[in-house]
Amino acid sequence: MADAGTGKAPRGAPPAGGGSMDGLLATKEIVVACGPGGVGKTTTAAAAAVMAAIRHGSKVLVLTVDPAKRLANALGLDGIGNTEHRVPDEAFRSAGVKPRGQLWAAMLDTKESWDALIAHHAPDDQTRDEILANPLYQNIAGRFVQSHDYIAMERLYEIHSASDYDLIVVDTPPTRNALDFLDAPQRMADFFSSRLLRWLIVPYRSRLVNVATKPFYQIADRILGTEFLADISEFFILFQSMYAGFVERSDAVGRLLSDRRTTFVVVSTLEAVPLREAEFFAEQLTNRRLHLGAIVLNKVLPDYLRGAAGASVAESMKERAEEFAAQLSPTLTLVDPVLGDIDQIARVLTEVADGYLNFQVVALREMEERSSLSVVPDVLATVPFFETDIFDLAGLIRLGEQIWD
Amino acid sequence: MTALLDLKLVFVTGKGGVGKTTVASAMALFASLRGKRVLICEVDAKGDVAGFYEAPPTGFKEREVLPDVFAMTMDTEASLREYLKLQLRIPVIGRIGPLAKAFDFVATAAPGVREILTVGKLCYEVRERNYDLVVVDAPASGHIIGQLAAPQAINNLVKVGLIRSQTDWMLDILSDPAATGLVAVCTPEEMPVTETIELAVRVREETTVRLAAVVVNRVLPELFGRQEEEVFDVLGSSEALGRLNELVGGDAGPVLDAARLAVTMRRTRSTHLDRLRLSIDGAIPMLYLPYLFTRSHGLRTTRQVAASLGEELGY
Repeated sequence: MADAGTGKAPRGAPPAGGGSMDGLLATKEIVVACGPGGVGKTTTAAAAAVMAAIRHGSKVLVLTVDPAKRLANALGLDGIGNTEHRVPDEAFRSAGVKPRGQLWAAMLDTKESWDALIAHHAPDDQTRDEILANPLYQNIAGRFVQSHDYIAMERLYEIHSASDYDLIVVDTPPTRNALDFLDAPQRMADFFSSRLLRWLIVPYRSRLVNVATKPFYQIADRILGTEFLADISEFFILFQSMYAGFVERSDAVGRLLSDRRTTFVVVSTLEAVPLREAEFFAEQLTNRRLHLGAIVLNKVLPDYLRGAAGASVAESMKERAEEFAAQLSPTLTLVDPVLGDIDQIARVLTEVADGYLNFQVVALREMEERSSLSVVPDVLATVPFFETDIFDLAGLIRLGEQIWD
Repeated sequence: MTALLDLKLVFVTGKGGVGKTTVASAMALFASLRGKRVLICEVDAKGDVAGFYEAPPTGFKEREVLPDVFAMTMDTEASLREYLKLQLRIPVIGRIGPLAKAFDFVATAAPGVREILTVGKLCYEVRERNYDLVVVDAPASGHIIGQLAAPQAINNLVKVGLIRSQTDWMLDILSDPAATGLVAVCTPEEMPVTETIELAVRVREETTVRLAAVVVNRVLPELFGRQEEEVFDVLGSSEALGRLNELVGGDAGPVLDAARLAVTMRRTRSTHLDRLRLSIDGAIPMLYLPYLFTRSHGLRTTRQVAASLGEELGY
C-alpha cells in the first residue's frame, strides 16, 4: 500500500482508506483544509495541526481565518491578528499530553495582510501611503469578499517562503463558492495584466480620440459617472508601479498550491447539500491536478444507531410500552416511589424508542450518502458526532485522534 | 411592526450550512399558500433553490416552479443588460461581448457595482409591483452587509452619474420597515449563534434595513420533562436495564444511548439558544423550526418546513 503522503499513489482513483492522516501530515509541508460552510473546517484544521505537533515532533503552524471565540482562546489567539503565536506547552500539559513538537497559531487579518502586501510591493513610501489612503483601496481590501480568498493564499505563500515551519495547516475563508480561493491567484494575475486595466489608466483626453476604446468609455461614463471613473483611474495609476510584482507573486502563489508538497483536505458532513458541494470540490481538485490528500467526514452519527436489532428493540418498546412499564414499575419504585408511575414510565419508553427510530432514519441516510461518494481519496476519515462543543485543546485532541490513524 | 409575510422584500441570510435556502424556499412556498404571488431569487448561484422545489435549474428569467412561486437565479451581467435596456435605452447588440468583459472588469475593480446590480434588480421587482413578496436567498451572513449597504456606499463614492441617480429610490425601499426586512437563520450551535448576534449589530449600525426575524433551525425536540428524565436515568442503571433487556428480548442499550445523545445534544444547544435570546432585541420575533428526521431533502421537506414556519408565524 502506497503511503498517502509520498505522492507516489496514482491520482484520481487511489484505493479507499488505505492511507492515514498520520502519513499524510508527516510528508507534506502545506495542508489546505477546505469544504462547504458549517461543517467544522476550522476545528478540523486545528485538530490536525495539534496532532501533528504532538506526534511528529515538528514545528507546526495553524493559520486560521475565523475561529470560534472559545477556540481562539484555546489557541491563545484572542486579540492577536496576523502575528504567529506559540501555543504554550503548559496548555498541552493541562490537556494531559506532552507534545514532541511545537504548535504555533495565527489568525488571518485581511486588512493587515493587504496593507503588508502593498508595503512590500510599493516602489516608495509616498506611493504606499497614497494607496493605503485611497478610498477605493480601503473598499477593496476591507470589504469585498474576493479579496479574502486571495490574501489567505498570499499569506500562506509568505509564511511558507520564510521556511520557519515543518508543516502549515491552513483553514480557508468561508467563500460563496469553495473554489474561489483556488482561482484567486490567477484572477488577480489576470486582473493586473488585463488590457482593460491599461485602458483605464490612459490619460483622459487620449481616450476620446482612440477609436477602439471610445465605446467602452462612453458606456462606462454613462453608468458610473466621469468622476468615479477618474477615481478608479487614479487608483490604478498608483497601482501601476506594482503590477509586475503582483503578477509575479500571484503566479508564485498559484504554483505553490499545485506543488507536490501541498495537499488538500476536504471537510464535510454527511448532509446531502454540503456533501454534494464537497464532492464537487474534490472532483475539481483532481481535475486541476491538485493533490486531494483526504476527505474528513465530520459529525457522523454513531454506529449503534444503524443496527437492525436496535430498530426491532425500539419498535417493541414502543408497541408494548404500557406492558413493559407495568413490569418495570417495581424496580423504579424501589429507587424512588414517585418514579414508579406506570403512565410516566410508558411515556419515557415511547419517547426513547421514538428518539432512536428518528435518529436511525438520519444515520441510515448518512450511510447511504457515504457509500455513494463519487471521489474516494487515499485517506477517508470519519469523525463521530461529539455531544458537546469542541473549544479547548483536550477537545481538539479527542477529535484529532479520530482522524489520525 | 409589519408582519413578516406582509413585507415586500425579505432577505434571508445566515452562516453557511444552517439551512438558509431551506428557510427561504419554505417561506416563499408558505406565502404562496396564503394567496401571495411570490418571487424567490437565489443570489449565490448554486442552484439549490431548484432542488428544494424539485424543479429544473433556474435562470435569470423567472419561472413558475409551483403555483404562484416564481424562481430566478441572480446574474449580475444579465441584470446590467436588463437595466441598460430599460433605463438607459442603450441598444443591446447581440451578446454585448466587449461590454460584458468591461463590466466584469469594472465590477471587480469598482466596489459595490455587482452588489448594486443585485439589489437594484430586486428593488426593481418590488417597485414595479410584479409580485406581492420577493424572497431573497441572500449571501451568507459574512457577505450580506456589503450587499445591503451597497446603495449607501455608492451614494458616498459616486457623486454623479446614472448609478448615483438610481440609488435614491433603492434606498427608499430598503429603508422602509414596512417594505423590507432581513431574516437571519441560524442553528442552536456556537458559531451560527455568535454570527447571528454579530450580524444583528452590524445590520443596525451599517445598513438601513431592519432585522425582521431570527429563525432558529434544526431545534431538537425536548424528550423528557424533569421527572421523566429521572425515570430515564434509572432505566439506564444495570438493574433496570437488565430487566428491560429481558422484556424486549434484546439489547436495549443502544436505544437508551440514542436518547442520551439526544438529551445531551439538546442541552448543549439550549445554552447557545439562551445566549441568542439574551442578545437579540426582544421586539424581534424568534421563530423555531424543528430538526427534521427525514429520509431525504426535496419538496416534501420544503412543505414540512413551510408548515412549521406557518405555525410559528401564528397562522
